[in-house]
Amino acid sequence: MSMQPFSQVTGKAAPMLAANIDTDVIMPKQFLKGIDRNGLDRGLFFDLRVLPSGEPNPGFVLNQPAWEGARFMVVGPNFGCGSSREHAVWGLKQVGIRALIGSSFAGIFYDNCQRNGVLLITLDEATVQRLGQVVSQPQGAEITIDLEAQQIRLQDGSVVEFQIDGLRKNALMLGLDAIGTTLQRSEQIRAFERAHLQANPWLA
Amino acid sequence: MTQTRTLYDKHIDSHTVCRLDDQGHVLLYIDRQVINEYTSPQAFSGLREAGRGVWRAETALAVVDHVNPTAPKRIAAMPDAGGARQVSYLAENCADFGIELFDVLDKRQGIEHVIAPEQGFILPGMVVAAGDSHTTTYGALGGFGFGIGTSEIEHLLASQTLVYKRLKTMRVTVDGELAPGLTSKDVIMALIGRIGASGATGYAIEFRGSTIDALSVEARMTICNMAVEAGARGAFMAPDEKVFAYLKDKPRVPKGELWEQAVASWRTLYSDVGARFDREVELDAGTLEPMVTWGTSPDQAAPIGASVPDPQDISDPILRQDMRRALDYMGLEAGMPLNRIVISHAFIGSCTNARIEDLRDAARVVRGQHVARHVRAMIVPGSTQVRDQAEAEGLAAVFIDAGFEWRQSGCSMCLAMNDDVLEPGDRCASSTNRNFEGRQGAGARTHLMSPAMVAAAAIAGHLTDIRHLEPRP
Repeated sequence: MSMQPFSQVTGKAAPMLAANIDTDVIMPKQFLKGIDRNGLDRGLFFDLRVLPSGEPNPGFVLNQPAWEGARFMVVGPNFGCGSSREHAVWGLKQVGIRALIGSSFAGIFYDNCQRNGVLLITLDEATVQRLGQVVSQPQGAEITIDLEAQQIRLQDGSVVEFQIDGLRKNALMLGLDAIGTTLQRSEQIRAFERAHLQANPWLA
Repeated sequence: MTQTRTLYDKHIDSHTVCRLDDQGHVLLYIDRQVINEYTSPQAFSGLREAGRGVWRAETALAVVDHVNPTAPKRIAAMPDAGGARQVSYLAENCADFGIELFDVLDKRQGIEHVIAPEQGFILPGMVVAAGDSHTTTYGALGGFGFGIGTSEIEHLLASQTLVYKRLKTMRVTVDGELAPGLTSKDVIMALIGRIGASGATGYAIEFRGSTIDALSVEARMTICNMAVEAGARGAFMAPDEKVFAYLKDKPRVPKGELWEQAVASWRTLYSDVGARFDREVELDAGTLEPMVTWGTSPDQAAPIGASVPDPQDISDPILRQDMRRALDYMGLEAGMPLNRIVISHAFIGSCTNARIEDLRDAARVVRGQHVARHVRAMIVPGSTQVRDQAEAEGLAAVFIDAGFEWRQSGCSMCLAMNDDVLEPGDRCASSTNRNFEGRQGAGARTHLMSPAMVAAAAIAGHLTDIRHLEPRP
């Protein structure tokens, strides 16, 4: 599956700075019963976004006019911890989220985002907090993320630089099909496999 | 001088097809994968859409575990359309791609991380990936396991490899003798409490030390299983004679000459003396007390003798806010003794703690006792084989006599994807791995602890210190 390439995106950034937002919270269990990726926008942050009455929760950031249609989120530490469910990332993608900015992300979630073209930007906690404050003001909510330049540009003209591995950056910018790329190395994998099974015959 | 290497280095080096850059990315060969019905459907659909095949189907084993009911009478049908579709699509995918499947009626069915070791499907030295975060369990067998998402399952099915970035390494040394009533669950919960829910993010953890050596292989699995709750992307332990003995008679292990050859190779699986770890943590098992969680993150844990902590005492504003939110969700007041928390449910199950030794531990506590009148108590064995064994050993009768529900195997109320779901406000003592908001049901409250502690809470009707139970003959 090829991904939407990420180059330069401008949009609102919604703050969600609580620590340890887990994938059960991002995509609750009742939305995991599909065999395709569809309809997960309805499940995203369901227990936070929707009141027990079924009405939208006006207190939830993505329901507030200032952050409606947000393309980014500024999140607290250890975002995406817990279950490996990729449904969490599919849901984020389906509501239009293209990047998350935080101080740390859970490992499986990080890879899942990468594989779906969702950019994760890791910055030190103080910078994330500062960005969180900036985008918490409706007039500061719109930002631009430039992946090529590795920059976040704010409304006041200031710029925050970020680091990303070249391999990941390249895959995101080109929207590469990871499987297709790997399968170009099929001969190499076969050769490794032959030697590996010969050296460890009980694995065959 | 040869370079000293950690066991992690040995696992990764021996499975590196090629390096992909100088930032630590490699193409990593994966020996085995385990597949379930809920994280795999889109991976198979992806293969179908791209017209790709499965690279080496015999290295995968599929099982139905997440969505199936655990009602005492087992039937093939799923009660809901979504679960039924996932189960039938898994069967279709396994048939079309040649992957072995344990369906819900199979005598070998069970939770993936319970049945894979049970079958001898996971061996020392293997690198294993699966679409479930608790794949870290396999470190206890001297393998290296880690969880992956659905896109990665597809990548793995198609190529037998993953694009992998080398982790940092943490060595956790656990020494000292566990007091009676204490288990490996208390060890890992204490560690998570100490280093935090993201304390090992970006790391693979090696567990070693006299405490680990003294534990059974099953007890070690509990530790590796929950390493992911500290953020670890993998856990490992050097395999020892206990591991070899555990594996020896399992159905899928090598036999005869090949077994001898394998064991000789497995004896080289340890971190070299002098190997460098990026972080070292030491834990004194001798001073541990039974642990319970009071919050909504696995690191919000304390010894059972403690009280609910006070957010006022926390200086970090983020942590203080998190604690307030957690206590609010949990319906707890700061300062309340943990052992007075009254429960409505008790659940013994999950890939963390539903193996035969866990059930023996719990049965020792409940024998001759009765579940408190206001508590619904459930036992969901980790596998159908564990269930059968527990029945043969008379454990099932002990549980049933004490008022526990004796159920069929599955992931069940650990994540409540099936029909075992708590109601808002229910409070559950649980032998599982995650106390997240809504994990066992929207608005439900989870307290994590060892299976024996769950059993004790079920009897007492509130969280209680297993060490204070009346001794029984």
